Amino acid sequence: MARTRKTPPGVDPKLLIKDAAKLLPEPSRRIFLRGAVSLGALSMLTGCDIVDGPTSENVLRVISRFNDKVQALLFSETTLAPEYPESAITRPFPFNAYYSIDEAPDIDGDNYKLEIGGLVDNKKSWTLPELNQLPEVSQITRHVCVEGWSAIGSWQGVRLSDFLKMIGADLTAKYVWFQCAEGYSNTIDMPTALHPQTQLTLKFDNKTLPTAYGFPIKIRIPTKLGFKNPKYVTAMWVQNNDAGGYWENQGYNWFSGQ
Amino acid sequence: MTIEAASNLPVATTRAARPLVHPRWVRITHWVNALAIFMMIGSGWQIYDASPLFRFLYFPSQIALGEWLAGALLWHFAAMWLFVINLIVYVTLGIATGHFRQKLLPIRPHDVWADITLALRGKLSHDDLTVYNAVQRLLYFGVIIAAVVIVLSGLSIWKPVQLKYLTAFFGGYDIARYVHFFAMASIVAFLAIHITLALLVPKSLRAMIVGR
Repeated sequence: MARTRKTPPGVDPKLLIKDAAKLLPEPSRRIFLRGAVSLGALSMLTGCDIVDGPTSENVLRVISRFNDKVQALLFSETTLAPEYPESAITRPFPFNAYYSIDEAPDIDGDNYKLEIGGLVDNKKSWTLPELNQLPEVSQITRHVCVEGWSAIGSWQGVRLSDFLKMIGADLTAKYVWFQCAEGYSNTIDMPTALHPQTQLTLKFDNKTLPTAYGFPIKIRIPTKLGFKNPKYVTAMWVQNNDAGGYWENQGYNWFSGQ
Repeated sequence: MTIEAASNLPVATTRAARPLVHPRWVRITHWVNALAIFMMIGSGWQIYDASPLFRFLYFPSQIALGEWLAGALLWHFAAMWLFVINLIVYVTLGIATGHFRQKLLPIRPHDVWADITLALRGKLSHDDLTVYNAVQRLLYFGVIIAAVVIVLSGLSIWKPVQLKYLTAFFGGYDIARYVHFFAMASIVAFLAIHITLALLVPKSLRAMIVGR
């Protein structure tokens, strides 16, 4: 992929390598396009094995970058995700990650601090009691997974655009990058970060966010697919370089808007 | 010239005299569509496997495209441009040139039934490829509708927020997934019949390649 990735500030490269080694996909997945000679007719029709090798993968990734731009154009900062009544909430709301629930990060809320960095005036870290004192917004929206399934959940927390303005973030910056406790990460576009429903989430269904849903902080973005809604968030950076993300770097579409 | 004299003409002349069955734009859009639809269906099957709608249905990777979900999604959202742009060109020209009206209409239930009966008795004529029989008209008209439905339901799954009114039209996100699936199933059923019949009547395949 043409996108260059720099080590995000504040990240220990040694830890990053350790994480990367742990998180590398299975070998079969890394070459996900090879051997995908589907519907034999396709290769017969074209007379060559176009579904093989790095060339087709590069072409597909270029088109995926083009689709990012198309989605950014389709995105409207005023179009709201549909909201649902409490009776529509999916119970139990599914836990979903690339690891089992037992392996989910267990964070000590008393010592927790949300680290702030990048193009921000006030880089002070935030404790949970401080965050809980900020005005609360609530939403009951549909979480759509890239796999296709969906579930309706209830989230409460601080409107991210309000928080960004309060800490003096440069709202003309291109990206907001989130680092998570288990090594997961996400970069989102600034227009999405400023969407009125994008939320720095502290509660699920009006109760402190349980570990399964991302304690202590999840970023709830109802205009993006589920994997672009990071959990166990420990740091937030406002920046102009795209730091990629856990699934995005493996070939999932970067924008993944809804 | 008598009929007898005409049958004595050199073969080459007869070939040139064959009526044009498919204009060039129909043949080009047909084969572009063939390529696009195989990529869309193959990658769609792999995407389906990530969250199957039916317990009994799973598509082995060997007959799908993309190897895993991310790869299949890359294929699906690349081939969609080819499929949709080609479909827009085809439907626009089909309406503007009067092609659809001339070739596909009218479709009368009585004619469809009569032609099905003839076909099952092996007596349906294929002498004049320029005129579609009633079963062909119904199937071709139906598959164009299925193509439009698969695009619209696909858009509503892709953009259930930005295009929320379209998604609502399909009964919401979850139901739109079923609509998308059954539109695919209808196209696959059409392809099974279409490809079988094209191979049984090879001159129809030739007509779609060279036009005559």
